[in-house]
Amino acid sequence: MSSIDTEATISYEEVLESFDPVMGLEVHVELGTNTKMFCGCATEFGAEPNTQVCPVCLGLPGALPVVNEKAVESAIRIGLALNCEIAQWCRFARKNYFYPDMPKNFQTSQYDEPIAFEGYLDVDLDDGSTYRVEIERAHMEEDTGKSLHVGGSTGRIHGATHSLVDYNRAGIPLIEIVTKPLRGAGERAPEIARAYVATLRDLLKALDVSDVKMEQGSMRCDVNLSLMPKGSTTLGTRTETKNVNSLRSVERAVRYEMCRHGAILQAGGSILQETRHWHEDTGVTTSGRPKSDADDYRYFPEPDLVPVAPPQERVEELRATLPEPPAQRRKRLQSDWGFSDLEMRDVLNAGLVDLIGSTVEAGATPAGARKWWSGEIARRANTDGAVDVATYAVERGITPAHVVELEGLVKGGRLNDSMARQVWEGVLDGEGTPTAVADARGLELVQDDGALEAAVDTVIAANPEVAQKVRDGKVQAAGALIGQVMKEMKGQADAGKAREIILAKLTG
Amino acid sequence: MTTDLTRASASELADLLASGETSSVEVTRALLARTHDVDTDVHAYLHVDHDGALASARDVDERRGRGEALHQLAGVPIAVKDVLATKGLPTTCGSKILEGWVPPYDATVVARLREAGMPILGKTNMDEFAMGSSTEHSAYGPTRNPWDLDRIPGGSGGGSSAVVASFQAPLAIGTDTGGSIRQPAAVTGTVGTKPTYGGVSRYGLVALASSLDQAGPCTRTVLDAALLHEVIGGHDPMDSTSIDAPVPPVVEAARRADVKGMKIGIVRELTGDGFQAGVQARFDESVQHLVDAGAEVVEVSCPSFTAALAAYYLILPSEASSNLAKFDAMRFGLRVLPEGVDAPSAEQVMAATRDAGFGDEVKRRIILGTYALSSGYYDAYYGSAQKVRRLIADDFARAFETADVLVSPTAPTTAFRFGDKIDDPMAMYLNDIATIPANLAGVPGMSLPSGLADEDGLPAGFQILAPAAADDRLYAVGAALEQRLLASWGGPLLNRAPHLTNASIASADATAGATTSADVTKGEGA
Repeated sequence: MSSIDTEATISYEEVLESFDPVMGLEVHVELGTNTKMFCGCATEFGAEPNTQVCPVCLGLPGALPVVNEKAVESAIRIGLALNCEIAQWCRFARKNYFYPDMPKNFQTSQYDEPIAFEGYLDVDLDDGSTYRVEIERAHMEEDTGKSLHVGGSTGRIHGATHSLVDYNRAGIPLIEIVTKPLRGAGERAPEIARAYVATLRDLLKALDVSDVKMEQGSMRCDVNLSLMPKGSTTLGTRTETKNVNSLRSVERAVRYEMCRHGAILQAGGSILQETRHWHEDTGVTTSGRPKSDADDYRYFPEPDLVPVAPPQERVEELRATLPEPPAQRRKRLQSDWGFSDLEMRDVLNAGLVDLIGSTVEAGATPAGARKWWSGEIARRANTDGAVDVATYAVERGITPAHVVELEGLVKGGRLNDSMARQVWEGVLDGEGTPTAVADARGLELVQDDGALEAAVDTVIAANPEVAQKVRDGKVQAAGALIGQVMKEMKGQADAGKAREIILAKLTG
Repeated sequence: MTTDLTRASASELADLLASGETSSVEVTRALLARTHDVDTDVHAYLHVDHDGALASARDVDERRGRGEALHQLAGVPIAVKDVLATKGLPTTCGSKILEGWVPPYDATVVARLREAGMPILGKTNMDEFAMGSSTEHSAYGPTRNPWDLDRIPGGSGGGSSAVVASFQAPLAIGTDTGGSIRQPAAVTGTVGTKPTYGGVSRYGLVALASSLDQAGPCTRTVLDAALLHEVIGGHDPMDSTSIDAPVPPVVEAARRADVKGMKIGIVRELTGDGFQAGVQARFDESVQHLVDAGAEVVEVSCPSFTAALAAYYLILPSEASSNLAKFDAMRFGLRVLPEGVDAPSAEQVMAATRDAGFGDEVKRRIILGTYALSSGYYDAYYGSAQKVRRLIADDFARAFETADVLVSPTAPTTAFRFGDKIDDPMAMYLNDIATIPANLAGVPGMSLPSGLADEDGLPAGFQILAPAAADDRLYAVGAALEQRLLASWGGPLLNRAPHLTNASIASADATAGATTSADVTKGEGA
């Protein structure tokens, strides 16, 4: 046996010269139901360990599951939103394997009878094209508990002295959404993976079925990847990369595994079918446990539960509750708001669509809403190390009404832009509403036209050459004078008004 | 007081309590005293809750004294099979792996008993995780048959039937996965009902095979079984498989005891060859009694019943292998550290615990089930078994087109001796040949005593099967037959059982192992 380094990589370009990637994405979504999948325990994130448990989710002898109807409805809505068929009759199944964080040592899941199957999700890519991701199935299952390995250096079980298990998560409703093998993505594979997960996240958010927080694990992605030699139609051996918990990581993990597979295959080696762990910090995957098709979970229909058989009328009722698809909504909003493609993309990437939407609804202009949310507020969110602007706004108590109020102050002539920025500073520091901050800080444009006119006169006198240019019709030269006037007024002037006066004096 | 409170039926006790002729404390004390006197030999109990039973008896007496409206069976004590979770009371399922486990919650059946004000005397012995037909597979030693202490009391619920047969309790809860209520009833001369699947909540019943398990009454009379059936039956939102419909009118049926015009179907496949002569003779007589009472006899054929045992021993182990996976030392029960391992992993502790905590029969079935569910074998084994199950249900459906109830001997033989079948699983499994089809099809069944077999003088059982949700038919037929049999015997069959004292066994019997485990608390008597 030649010794092939299974952790080496080649360049992305080299991979694409010889291979076509095939991806399969499995996304687990924790549903935002108030109670667990099979019992009445609360599902709040971050509670004291083992405080949201009962005989059912602890798998105590004798306890029995009862299906959370709300979770089934969410599953059906997700299936419908993914253009899936909804099963008229389906069952849960037990997936049997031993693990300490799984109370019953089987996971109640679905096997060959998923609630939703055969759908698709269209994904918009950066170049304006659309890629259709075929969905194989979406099925319901329960989450496991969470193991905390203590005493090792990495938090992994290897080297740990003992483990602690928190069963609060055990029994949280999950939907697993599985794509068909995605072929023909070529060099766009990483981008498509990312765009798919992002689109799915937006869709689930719009459905209001999950808080889809990847960083909290309420949405988790596993990336299956294999390469086949260009021109081949035979699927290669795949690896399953787990723990890919951000959009950026999805993209990077696909790219990384492509480069790693490429290196092995190019060196004449073969891919070991295994799970891999993604490391967000170092941007590499490491070997997990070997996973073969021989893994035998001894699935069989869950005898403690009755089949799920949603009546067709109910499915149609649920279909009627589906929100406008996010992609369609985005196009509509972009046109309503008059944003350029670039502006819209920035707003989307920053996750500001909903905030801007509600701000416009509250009475702000779209341009104003975009300006402040993606400007001053986003900047502060970033410096303060917030997860995202929306979370930051909630933390700091910033509402669309604040933006509307501030825009009113600017439009009404009380504040100019630089004053408005100072007001934001105060509002974000918790000093009160924009008006209160402006009052407290004494921020107010000088309304006394006499003072402004005096300042203009002074500036014109001090800059005769520039003034002459303006007189000669070079209106844009007025900008320099305005700057001087503002300086003279210590910022407390309305630049627009200054410009009016300057032009009136020199050209009028 | 001339009535022997220990020998009174539950309905008699209910009357005595209601009329103030006795108190629940008095009844409970009498029964605990009886346990003190006989249970060292019988070993029907794994745990006796002396104080708890008396406390709830006292409570119900006080409530009665205040004139509160009480349930009909309020104050009537009961024993519960150790497979049902009882809050604050040990629940072992007859297994070492649950030694010391005290559930933090009550099974729905238990909660309903408490709600009705029925003092719980204790937890009864059983084959480990209800796997067996003799209680010889209990990790805490077998229960002895009150008719002959050298013989098995049936299983898995031998404790619940023996506790009733030995007058330590008028009522007990059993569970029936393939005959575990009916076969012990048959060999101890008592009554037992397996209700329609879903008729009684399984919440808190430690699952053997989820699709087959059903809790039900173990009593000395048909009316008592009906009264208890009514207490524990009915929809439970905690059990998805529980039927959302009222309990069939079982008490009314038991009181009417009317079989006039009913068609009684004799199942050709469950009679004749393979059934002990004395058992068959008592069965034939019983059928004649029903004819005398106005019923019509028809013969029906259920050809798929011959495959029932095979299907059962695939479905049961498959479900059990998964149900028993939770016993892993991680959250409750026994924890055994592997020998010679310094810092054992969770996996090693699980393996060591399951090795030490499970008995051979449990391991045998876990291995069988694990194999039957394995990929590549699933279709051939589990899949085929489910098809057989369908055929059996079809056979029942067809039979019930011509007969209102089906009847057969409950078990092929009377009680056998300890050790006779312990090393021959197939022989042991054959005990349940007549009871298993009802579990596979989910239909209700009852066993009541049909008399004593001529060759050994031991009780034989008569089984009645009814369509799903028609449990009341069992009681109509059972009560009618009971009336005629009692008349022909001149009193209860159990009057003919030998007199029991703890001295019945002079010396420890090596086969049966009469010792009780150290953690078993026995009542001190009144």
